Amino acid sequence: MLEVERIQTFYGESHVLHDVSLTVGAGEAVALLGRNGAGKTTLIRSVVGFTPPRQGRIRFEGREIHRLPAHRVARLGLGLVPQGRRIFAPLSVAENLALGARGEAAPGAWTRERVYALFPRLRERAAQGGGTLSGGEQQMLAVARALMTNPRVLLLDEPSEGLAPIVVREIGRVLVALKREGLPILLVEQNFPLALRVADRVYVMNKGQIVYAGTPAGLDADEDVKRRFLGVS
Amino acid sequence: MTPVDLLGQALNGLAYGVLLFLLSVGLTLIFGMLDVVNLAHGSFYMLGAFAGLGLIAATGSFWAALVLAPVVVGVVGALVERTCLRPLYRRAVLDQVLLTFGLIYLFEDVVKWIWGGRIRSIPGPALFSGSVKIAGAAFPAYRLFVIVFGLAIAVVLWLVIERTRLGSIVRAGVWDAEMTAGMGIDIDRVFTGVFAGGAALAGLSGVIAGPIRSAYPAMGSEILVVTLIVVVVGGLGSLKGSLAGSLIIGQAETFGKAWLPETAMLIIYVVMALVVLFRPQGLFGRPLR
Repeated sequence: MLEVERIQTFYGESHVLHDVSLTVGAGEAVALLGRNGAGKTTLIRSVVGFTPPRQGRIRFEGREIHRLPAHRVARLGLGLVPQGRRIFAPLSVAENLALGARGEAAPGAWTRERVYALFPRLRERAAQGGGTLSGGEQQMLAVARALMTNPRVLLLDEPSEGLAPIVVREIGRVLVALKREGLPILLVEQNFPLALRVADRVYVMNKGQIVYAGTPAGLDADEDVKRRFLGVS
Repeated sequence: MTPVDLLGQALNGLAYGVLLFLLSVGLTLIFGMLDVVNLAHGSFYMLGAFAGLGLIAATGSFWAALVLAPVVVGVVGALVERTCLRPLYRRAVLDQVLLTFGLIYLFEDVVKWIWGGRIRSIPGPALFSGSVKIAGAAFPAYRLFVIVFGLAIAVVLWLVIERTRLGSIVRAGVWDAEMTAGMGIDIDRVFTGVFAGGAALAGLSGVIAGPIRSAYPAMGSEILVVTLIVVVVGGLGSLKGSLAGSLIIGQAETFGKAWLPETAMLIIYVVMALVVLFRPQGLFGRPLR
């Protein structure tokens, strides 16, 4: 589905990703873990075309996307829930949802009604400015906004960041429900329990390289990797 | 100064403010969305006045010029964005400043080459050649037309930006261009459109300014400074700020010129300094981070 193959990504002259490879299969939820600065966000930025890799390839459904501009990548069906949520504060909740909406006519597609059913709070706040929402509501809006593009894979960059535990559980519930529907997910997280709850497979990154690939259960049992690269024990 | 004089000056200030609004709205949106300091924005105003002059001569109609000159300037704007600015978006601000500063001279020389360097008066429309009595004083009908027309454009712009899908794309792009692209929107096309639209509005400002302020090659660089002040006072990327800033600076400069002719320009700098002192982001700008 999504194949990242040996990419090297730079910010200016600083070399951030070193030979990173990763795959997300059809219907699969994959978590990417690692400490701050490990390169997780850079990986997401490389995939969506914000910071294209200098070397290596990224394929989506067999098609090379690493040289496409970001809007073309999005239109192929990569839905992004970015780090820091990046809600359009001057736009109302309804406008945020409508901005990238497409493919609503297909059967079973995400529509405004369906995302409101998933996040009833957003319906209540539809006319409000995106900037007036609480952090948790903004995260729900960020997820809903990505779903409105009817993505074929969902990329989430630290959706639990800065949120209360009850909201994190809510996000986890939604992600598990989306996975059950068969939507492939790439979840970047520092919240270990959330990642274990959602993911079928996990990768761990450190200093711009993949240092572990395996199952959630395998990682949970690997005290050495957890201590060295995640700071959990 | 009698109350009637005051009213006359206030109307003059309003007409000038409207011209500044048409100029600053494009500049502020371009600033906010493209992060480009377009010093050549005043040149679009100057080009609008001269395009108007040429089109009035060619068609014999002020109204035809009013419609066509902004189109001409908008096309010039689109070409400038596509060919000159686009390669510089990822470069340092200084490169953009140098380029757009150079464009000022280029456009001035092109205009001097075609029309010569002297001041050219532009005939206004016959329909508004007379004057209107307001509170017993005569006021040029054309200036009233400028005020009503400019405010009507402001309302239309507000409706487009706040109430349409296109407007929501522009607002999203001003807030976070990268994320707007991440939603599947071709932000490069939006950039070109906003730049061309801003240029067209500056051109429109130049055409309607013509019958009041005449046309001369340096008019663009002269008004650029005032327009930049409007943008700073109103706040970057804000339509409301652009309108408020224009009306404030329009009045400040007009009354300054009437009361303290030697220090008229100083007054608008004082207004800007006060705003920046108490609200660094401008009246309606987003808080600085």
